[in-house]
Amino acid sequence: MNLDFSQIVPYIPFILKGIWATLEFVIFSIIIGLVLGTLLALCKISGVSLLKWVANAYTSIFRGTPLILQLMIIYYAIPQLTGYDIPIFLSAVLTFGLNSAAYVSEIIRAGIMAVDKGQMEAAEALGIPYRPMMLNIILPQAIKNILPALLNEFITLTKESAIVSTIGYLDLMRRAQIVGADIYRNFEPLLLAGAIYWVMVFILTKIGQAVERRLRHSD
Amino acid sequence: MIKTKEIKKVFGNNTVLKNITASINQGEVVAVIGPSGSGKSTFLRCLNLLEEPTSGEIYINDKKITDKKVDKLAIRKNIGMVFQHFHLFPHMTVLDNVTYAPQKVKGLSKVEAQKIAKELLAKVGLTDKESAYPNRLSGGQKQRVAIARALAMEPEIMLFDEPTSALDPEMVKEVLDVMKDLAGTGMTMVIVTHEMNFAKEVADKVMFLDDGILLEEGEPKAFFNQPKTERARDFLDKVL
Repeated sequence: MNLDFSQIVPYIPFILKGIWATLEFVIFSIIIGLVLGTLLALCKISGVSLLKWVANAYTSIFRGTPLILQLMIIYYAIPQLTGYDIPIFLSAVLTFGLNSAAYVSEIIRAGIMAVDKGQMEAAEALGIPYRPMMLNIILPQAIKNILPALLNEFITLTKESAIVSTIGYLDLMRRAQIVGADIYRNFEPLLLAGAIYWVMVFILTKIGQAVERRLRHSD
Repeated sequence: MIKTKEIKKVFGNNTVLKNITASINQGEVVAVIGPSGSGKSTFLRCLNLLEEPTSGEIYINDKKITDKKVDKLAIRKNIGMVFQHFHLFPHMTVLDNVTYAPQKVKGLSKVEAQKIAKELLAKVGLTDKESAYPNRLSGGQKQRVAIARALAMEPEIMLFDEPTSALDPEMVKEVLDVMKDLAGTGMTMVIVTHEMNFAKEVADKVMFLDDGILLEEGEPKAFFNQPKTERARDFLDKVL
């Protein structure tokens, strides 16, 4: 055991910058995932079989292949196919956004399906058209099922974001590796990065619990 | 007012309704009774197209509602329905539950809808619960709100699907009393029920379904005193 944390002190600002680098692309990915995921969920519950098929195929592909493979394909294959030299940040956001959309669409679909079938029947029996029924009756109830699972998805996304270090994006993980290579000590910077990831996830978890408590409170 | 012609309903390889032909007149109160699984609820749900009959025809006010082109929502505006498990909207107050559909479907203003709702809530004895959420109500209160919600659309026909089956025994009466009042106003009502005394007392006609077949129909007195079929006799022996 020869731990020496004093050696990474000069590198701490460099590593801390990685927090924002990570958060920045995670936030963009979440937005893409939410928008696209909602659209996919609507396709899945629509009665139109073509839309359903497309949305299900999309989900199946993005959930059925490794995230790192998707990242590599987007980062290396797009330039090869189109000649467009895709920036690292864009590849990262695109990969995580597209991947997250698959999971988000399942969360939203399941949340809507979990609303008591009787609610839809009661609305139909009153002659309420589909749109107001979804917007005013089904979705407000589905939100309660959806939000906690969605926050869980964001936590996963934050942790898995470390994978973008493999294409050279200067996130928290990548910075820890660079420092490790610089000072020939890996344990200390990696431990610091790990602690920071844990704190970020811890905060998200606490937010999730608070949201869940509030939702339960309104029951 | 309501006519069904040989309606048949098949779920998978299970035929739930077997060629039911019946007619219900304006202002008539019809009790639909029979053993569990006899198709009573399915029959009722066909009348507002919550279930679409596999074959056969249904006419309401001489309009064929089993036509493919028919606007289901327009049909349902005119037919209220009360469910066994209430199905109130849990995220809305009692008043909002009752005013929502008249505003959205009939385009009433909030003020107009609230006026109607308040009258109806007074009628079912729940004026003091206007701003309560459904989870604060007892089963009997929930069902009375559900009746008010259906009546707020000012339908010509009311369908009741075992409205008291999910209630604690001491709450059955308050709901039946509301329904009795409603029957007194000349509303056309079709009620799937296990409350034989209520059927005897309030109904103008009893329909007895067994295994998807309309075995008997007639006046309650005649039916309860002298059922014509063996099957109805058996059933009445068990439930009375």
